[in-house]
Amino acid sequence: MAWEITKERCLRCGACVSVCPVLALELRESGILNDSGKCTLCPICERVCPVGAIRVEK
Amino acid sequence: MIKDSYDVIVVGGGPGGSSAAKNLAKLGHSVLMLEKRQEIGSPKRCAEGLSMASVDVVGKGMPKRCIAKGINGAIVYAPDGNSVTVDYGKRGGYVIERKVFDKWLAYEASRAGAKVMAMTEVTDILKDGGYVTGVKASICGEEEIEIKAKVVVAADGVESTVSRKAGLETVNKLVNVDSGFQYEMSNLNLEDDEKIIIYVGNEIAPRGYIWIFPKGHDVANVGIGISMAEKSAKFYLDNFIADNPEIFGSASIIEVNSGGIPVGGFLENMVLDGFLVVGDAAHQVNPIHGGGLKEATIAGEIASKVISGCLKKGDVSKEALSDYNQIWWEERGKKLKKVEKLRHVMEKLSDGNLNMLAKALSGDALVEMTRGNKLVTLAKILMKNPRLITLARHLL
Ligand SMILES: Cc1cc2nc3c(=O)[nH]c(=O)nc-3n(C[C@H](O)[C@H](O)[C@H](O)COP(=O)(O)OP(=O)(O)OC[C@H]3O[C@@H](n4cnc5c(N)ncnc54)[C@H](O)[C@@H]3O)c2cc1C
Ligand code: SF4
Ligand code: SF4
Repeated sequence: MAWEITKERCLRCGACVSVCPVLALELRESGILNDSGKCTLCPICERVCPVGAIRVEK
Repeated sequence: MIKDSYDVIVVGGGPGGSSAAKNLAKLGHSVLMLEKRQEIGSPKRCAEGLSMASVDVVGKGMPKRCIAKGINGAIVYAPDGNSVTVDYGKRGGYVIERKVFDKWLAYEASRAGAKVMAMTEVTDILKDGGYVTGVKASICGEEEIEIKAKVVVAADGVESTVSRKAGLETVNKLVNVDSGFQYEMSNLNLEDDEKIIIYVGNEIAPRGYIWIFPKGHDVANVGIGISMAEKSAKFYLDNFIADNPEIFGSASIIEVNSGGIPVGGFLENMVLDGFLVVGDAAHQVNPIHGGGLKEATIAGEIASKVISGCLKKGDVSKEALSDYNQIWWEERGKKLKKVEKLRHVMEKLSDGNLNMLAKALSGDALVEMTRGNKLVTLAKILMKNPRLITLARHLL
């Protein structure tokens, strides 16, 4: 049960943020933030990420 | 340097933000445009293509240094290797330098009287009695401050969270967001450095396409936009590059870009009390080719006129601002909705169908279709195949 990001791969494009149904993600200048309290591990963000930086395990 | 309050705060310093900020300042309003990045325009999330029709909207008075290369047409390759050549005519188009271009737009906004602040991140929305009344922002990483405004414009791009924080639902569906990935490459072996080159096919780019946008000499943006695919966009682009050594064999990677492209899911409502959203944040992109520069600019212009009228009347309620919804849908939405239909049809075509289309369609017809015109021509061609009749009906 986890949402994981490989920070080194992330290009901070924000694609993941635009599809997260529960507003768990935010793109700050410091990188992607995930609010684990909101995240449902659905895993839509994993599917849209152009570089495969996100991994979601139910 | 920054005042406590403005008529309008624009969140995001991309083309949509600069367009809104510049026009509002010109109309005599006090405007603050906030951009979280340390440098406006960089890194780019764009293939940098601009048709001449778009230049007329976006690039009036654009200095030469914004242009990387003039373009006179396009070559579209079907999966079987056959191609359709599109002639853009005398006027052609450009591949631009977004980093230079976006900064120029911001210079222009500031020259019109808007205050622009880079490295200033909006972290929250202020609300009072249901109205959006300003933002919380952090300048150069310092402690958050509150800045008031009569109207806040969200021009914060595909990653927009400002709208959602304000209470406007802008989450897009996965099917409506293309995964984009791109390398700017040099030392390429390009067959024609004055044409953009497009490759379609479900194997190489599921529900999307691969592009080569030349930037002069042996340099080009080489990218891919796909959706709902098994693997990442990077995976498909790397494969394509490996499979085409005659173009890429000696090439180098100079820059790496990725991005989400909203290619559908237009919003019926884009306003709240004291609040409005433009550009990628409002999914205002052409669903077939993914171009959003022109759309963001037009939306910024429409928004500024509506906001100016509302400010003068002293009514920035949702009802008053909703003129923006009406005008945008009338001027852009209707056309883009047609293009969205075209996209839904194109996505369902097999590689065999695409090969057939490449043989049947002229370059001119192709260009018209991407603008939402001549969809009947396409429908007629598809209807020749009994299995595609139902699909083709969507275009009528
Ligand atoms: C791979 C790819 C290729 C593309 N190719 C083309 C093309 O060839 N031609 C074309 O016309 N369009 C193209 N597009 C689309 C085009 O880039 C966008 O439509 C366009 O940039 C939208 O402008 P915008 O102002 O709405 O958003 P953006 O240009 O994304 O600007 C939004 C700005 O808001 C800032 N921001 C976000 N959140 C905050 C915050 N909280 N506080 C402060 N600032 C914030 C961001 O840093 C950003 O600078 C492409 C897109 C992608 C991803
Ligand atoms: S897994 Fe789903 S809920 Fe969690 S961040 Fe990704 S899109 Fe949002
Ligand atoms: S989609 Fe992927 S690369 Fe883009 S910001 Fe999200 S995690 Fe990073």
